[in-house]
Amino acid sequence: MMAQSQVQTENAPVLEVNSLSQRFGGLTAVDNFNVKLMSGELTGLIGPNGAGKTTVFNLVSGFYQPTEGQILVDGKPTAGFKPHKVTSLGVARTFQNIRLWNDMTVFDNIRVAQHYWLGYGFFHSVIRSKRYKKREAKVAQEAQELLEVFDLQRFKEELPKNLPYGTQRKLEIARALSTHPKLLLLDEPAAGLNSHDVKDLIRLIRWIHEKFDVSIWMIEHHMDVVMELCSHIKVIDFGQTIAEGTPDEIRNHPAVITAYLGDDNI
Amino acid sequence: MKKYSLNILLVVFAIGLLFAAHFRIIDSYIQIVFMTIGINIMMSTSLNLVNGNMGEFTCGHAAFMCIGAYISSILSVFCFGSKFGDPLLPAASVLIVFPIIVLIGGAVAAVSSLLVSVPSFKTRDDYLAIISIAVNYMIISAIENMDFIGGSRGFQGMKDTVWAMIDIFDGPWMLFWVINFTIFTVWVIRRFISSTYGKGVNAICQDEVAAEIMSVNTNKIKIINFMVAAGLAGCAGGLYSHIIGYVNPQSFNILKSTEALVMVYLGGMGSLSGAVISAIIFTGLLEVLRSQAIIDGLLSPVTMMFPDWEPSAGVIKWVMIPLLLVIVMQFRPEGIMGNRELGDVFPKLKKFYRFK
Amino acid sequence: MDFIIQNVLNALQWGSFYALIALGYTLVYGVLRLINFAHGDIFMVGAYISFFLAGFLIGPLVGLSPVMAFIVIVPLTMVLTSLVGVTLERVAYRPLRRKGAHRLYVVITALMCGLILEYSNLAVLGASRLKFPELVEKQIWNIGGITLTNLKVMVIVAAILVFLFLQWVVTRTRVGMAMRAISYDKFAIPLMGIPVDNIIVVTFILGSGFAGLAGLLFAMSYPVLEPFMGMLIGWKAFIAAVVGGIGDIKGAFVGGFLLGFIEVGVVSVFPSTYRDLFAFTILLLILWMKPTGLFGMPQSTKI
Repeated sequence: MMAQSQVQTENAPVLEVNSLSQRFGGLTAVDNFNVKLMSGELTGLIGPNGAGKTTVFNLVSGFYQPTEGQILVDGKPTAGFKPHKVTSLGVARTFQNIRLWNDMTVFDNIRVAQHYWLGYGFFHSVIRSKRYKKREAKVAQEAQELLEVFDLQRFKEELPKNLPYGTQRKLEIARALSTHPKLLLLDEPAAGLNSHDVKDLIRLIRWIHEKFDVSIWMIEHHMDVVMELCSHIKVIDFGQTIAEGTPDEIRNHPAVITAYLGDDNI
Repeated sequence: MKKYSLNILLVVFAIGLLFAAHFRIIDSYIQIVFMTIGINIMMSTSLNLVNGNMGEFTCGHAAFMCIGAYISSILSVFCFGSKFGDPLLPAASVLIVFPIIVLIGGAVAAVSSLLVSVPSFKTRDDYLAIISIAVNYMIISAIENMDFIGGSRGFQGMKDTVWAMIDIFDGPWMLFWVINFTIFTVWVIRRFISSTYGKGVNAICQDEVAAEIMSVNTNKIKIINFMVAAGLAGCAGGLYSHIIGYVNPQSFNILKSTEALVMVYLGGMGSLSGAVISAIIFTGLLEVLRSQAIIDGLLSPVTMMFPDWEPSAGVIKWVMIPLLLVIVMQFRPEGIMGNRELGDVFPKLKKFYRFK
Repeated sequence: MDFIIQNVLNALQWGSFYALIALGYTLVYGVLRLINFAHGDIFMVGAYISFFLAGFLIGPLVGLSPVMAFIVIVPLTMVLTSLVGVTLERVAYRPLRRKGAHRLYVVITALMCGLILEYSNLAVLGASRLKFPELVEKQIWNIGGITLTNLKVMVIVAAILVFLFLQWVVTRTRVGMAMRAISYDKFAIPLMGIPVDNIIVVTFILGSGFAGLAGLLFAMSYPVLEPFMGMLIGWKAFIAAVVGGIGDIKGAFVGGFLLGFIEVGVVSVFPSTYRDLFAFTILLLILWMKPTGLFGMPQSTKI
């Protein structure tokens, strides 16, 4: 169904980050960060508040330009790219605080996110050319399929601000997927959800991971979500990587426990 | 039928109006009122694209109207007037050349909108408002200092073009062009803004960060949106200058921009039909309150008390209209239509027309 | 050399007017995030109020000496003008704020209020220009070829004093602290027990009062009054406030003087018709390079 569902070469890094650093004035938000995400992987990024997790996502999605270091998406360097360019390379993301376009219908939300492959410009939209009609039909069809797959069909003409919080989260993920990503960045998808919704979310993410054949990298504070979903976890604190490994390794890692619970010596 | 009902209605209305004008059923004053309505519709719908749909706050829309007016006036005088020597083009070609001249004026205005759209990459809101005000003042004072096009004394000679048209066929040509350009404006804006491409503009308004990250090329969309808005305002200016036959930089000052702003916010931000309706209401009000008799009637209780006071309609009008607007804002703080279209407010209307 | 010093003095005087008006813009903006477009016209109203007060106080009914009249007029003008400002806020802005109208609708209302003030003035008083009476006898000091009038000195001193006063109010007093707090987060402030509406009224009193002072001083320096005198100077002062970084007292002060220096500098070199062109172009260039003004905080989006 999706353009990306063609078989990809296994184990090619979909994202490679080399010695990434970001400084805001005197503050080093991210320090010498490295990661290599293989295609099809489901990875986690955790750390205490203010550790620099969202900054890493902002750097990867092109919202900030890194002070130092290199980001390769699918082997291509993204230095100097604006976020929309990075997105069209195949990195989509969601936001910590839901950022839907609240005064556009659910259907429009998903259609507009397909801007990168619209393939027509202002003049086509005014004269309503053949190409316009063809492309609009394609975009609408993709959006329709996504809505059906995500069971959002009944909200098609609703405004997102009128939807329940959990549905908004779901819609935001659907919108991110409509950009046809190879890598999906989820920034605290479980934030603000109750325990029942969290269970649904776990199921949803696992299902997306299989169905859309997309690599997922998530920031999350709900440890049960991370531990259950991710095959590999990276922990950062004060911008520095303090641990990485499988969920079991992370669970008992002394540095992680110190970072989260503090030092006994204090 | 439903698909074409609106188009048929419009065409019938336009032809009716033109016939009425041609056979002097409506006099030239009423014609001017209709033309002003058309130009104001062009101004308010085009500004609505920036201030309504994109949610920016620019207050210098008249600057683009000014550029369009001057460029098309100069071209028109070059082509058909005798002010700069012999006309460049035969008078017979005027019917084809005139719309092109107006469009060129619009195109130059569109390019000049870069003055506002490039800073809008980095800044929004009030800072952009200032930039647009500064651009408005800058363009006016630049033209005031250009003596070869009349400077602050203004520029004239465009009537030659209109007479050339009348020589070919004696009819209400300017009304014809205004109707066409008004419909063209609304048509362009409607199609642009209702396409997925144009909805990127709304996405920028509602969440620019999300728009950029969801693959909308925000800078490009901003430039295009500003260009469309400025270009259409430029066309409005070109028509305006040919109706009046005279342009003066001060007729495009901040007061003109304010009029456009008022029409947009009165109609409701982001509502195309609201912009059209408010342009009609606003122009109508301006014209009605121009009559001294009505003003005298309205103010009769006051003038009874102060018999020495002789208010002039031209002044009182500008007290009444803002006052009325302030009151309207108190009751409908989101404008006449909010951000909805006519079809959303009266769903039954949707059965009768489809508007693309 | 004399030429330069003379022009610097002129620039300081014009800058003082711009700064006095810009301070009012910036105060209101800093608290409410509202561009009070009627502010230039409040300045105009201030000039007219002082005109009528002067006529009344010097006139046969009261018969004060001009200097005495001046001493009475200064506070009286400020009080009456601030009443106008507060009335606008109570009648037009506050109801809209209460209804939760879009911020820009309040701005448009302000713009409309400015028009109402201008044109109702024109309707009531007519288009004839009024001549302001001489209150303070003009003294011309000649220091080494530089002429200096007492009025010029008064204007400059007034602008500096007002700036210092407002800076003190905003940074050192409880009211000022509340003002700054409102501009950070206007939803949390009522929960902290701060009477938001009262603080806003104080802001309008301060801003309009000093606009009234500026009107009085302007009327004394250029004693011809007309209903549209506040329009261009108001817009310019607003731009000056933004160039300085709107919402920042220091920014408005510096921006006002900057504009004064640019204008006088242009006029001393080029024909005076180029004044606006150059002034606006330079301001535009500054805003292109520093989009949030000289002292403004860069806008940052957090995601």
